[in-house]
Amino acid sequence: MDAKFYGAGLPKCDTASLPGHLVVIEGADGVGRSTHIELLQGWLEGHGFAVATTGMVRSALTQKGIEAAKEGHNFDRTTMSLFYATDLADRIENEIIPALRSGFIVLADRYVYTTMARGAARGLDREWLDRLYGFALMPERTFYLRLDPDELIRRTLRRGGELDYWESGRDIGLAPDLYTSFRKYQALLLQEFDRMTERYGFSTIDASNTVEEVQAELRRELAAMLDPSLLLAPAPDGTD
Amino acid sequence: MSIREPHKYSGRLIVVEGIDGSGKSTQLSLLQTFLQSEGYDVSFTEWNSSPIVKDTTKRGKKKNLFTPTTFSLIHATDFADRHERSILPPLQAGLIVLADRWAYTAFARDAVRGCDRDWIRNLYDFATRPDLVLYFRVDIDTSVARIMGGRMQLKYHEAGMDLGLSADPIQSFRLFQSKVLEEYDAITEEFALTALDAKRSVVEQQREVRKLVKPLLKGLRRHGLPKHTPRAAGEA
Repeated sequence: MDAKFYGAGLPKCDTASLPGHLVVIEGADGVGRSTHIELLQGWLEGHGFAVATTGMVRSALTQKGIEAAKEGHNFDRTTMSLFYATDLADRIENEIIPALRSGFIVLADRYVYTTMARGAARGLDREWLDRLYGFALMPERTFYLRLDPDELIRRTLRRGGELDYWESGRDIGLAPDLYTSFRKYQALLLQEFDRMTERYGFSTIDASNTVEEVQAELRRELAAMLDPSLLLAPAPDGTD
Repeated sequence: MSIREPHKYSGRLIVVEGIDGSGKSTQLSLLQTFLQSEGYDVSFTEWNSSPIVKDTTKRGKKKNLFTPTTFSLIHATDFADRHERSILPPLQAGLIVLADRWAYTAFARDAVRGCDRDWIRNLYDFATRPDLVLYFRVDIDTSVARIMGGRMQLKYHEAGMDLGLSADPIQSFRLFQSKVLEEYDAITEEFALTALDAKRSVVEQQREVRKLVKPLLKGLRRHGLPKHTPRAAGEA
């Protein structure tokens, strides 16, 4: 893929030749991002592609620090945005770009858009956030798994999950109870994602469909990008 | 609020800037003692000291994990946390906030490391514009002499060793800080910093510092004043 950046890019980082592909899966917690990434990875590896995955706050530099900050009571929105930006920059330079250089398909579980949406939902200036991410490599494709907050809540709860403090935006005082806060916060995020769809070229996928339907759509899109014959033949090892 | 517009808080923000060995921290500490003895409420903050970020910075430095971009971002994160936690509340409450380094440090250093100047300025756009920025301007020879003569040590990043300018720490420090000085000079004009000749004696500089600070003190509340007439600011 060609190395294009949203802004000035990364100083002292070699991006001359990136034969790999960066594909981003975005969407709220509980829409099935990790399930789909796992299925795509198996499918692509079955066809002989080298696949690497990366996800939020997995950077060697910032993981511990962000986790500790989230445990505390005082994690301001600007600080949070910048801390997450540090995490992304570290992973882009030390994981994503090296993998792309080696020809890997990188499947990113969330990217800059999640942190932009979180910041904007907390009232930060959208242009400031956009310029902040001027270092970010533009992905080749971004799939936005879209699900409305009511369905998201039901999915989370019927799996025995709890509504997470940060995923409920409890830090911004939207409502006195967890359920209402989660619903309001996720609606804000959805609004931000919808707003970003055109600007950042998301391909929106209706995540209320079955896992099989969503996965089939993702595969059709990726096959069109990588090699249309992927959809014709079953994988050599029969993982289909 | 923006770094380009005057703030509307009832407090005052006074910042010192300059390369390592410029003597800025000494001058700020003397100013703090003076202001407190005059009955002003003072709060102090320094670069790279946020309780939720500094461990990450330490880890990154120790394990050499930083790139110019992440080095810049982690310092902005640290600054944002301190700005929210320990800079805005005292400014809103009407205190004098004394800051050892401000966004200008990042503007100078990160640009030398190759980060885009407009990108760095956008990072710190949320920062309050100080009422006074005292820029302690000193030549490299003087700063090296001070660092080597004192208890200070040349640190890896302060010497710009990550840039690979020279394997010799002192030579690297000279090359790196010379470039930082050039950036400071450009910033001095862009952000109207008040440049002071930091080659002079500590006492001479402190007298000038107090003279510059005095006009800012008008209207600030004081506590526990002695009954007799207070000394005028500017008299050491």
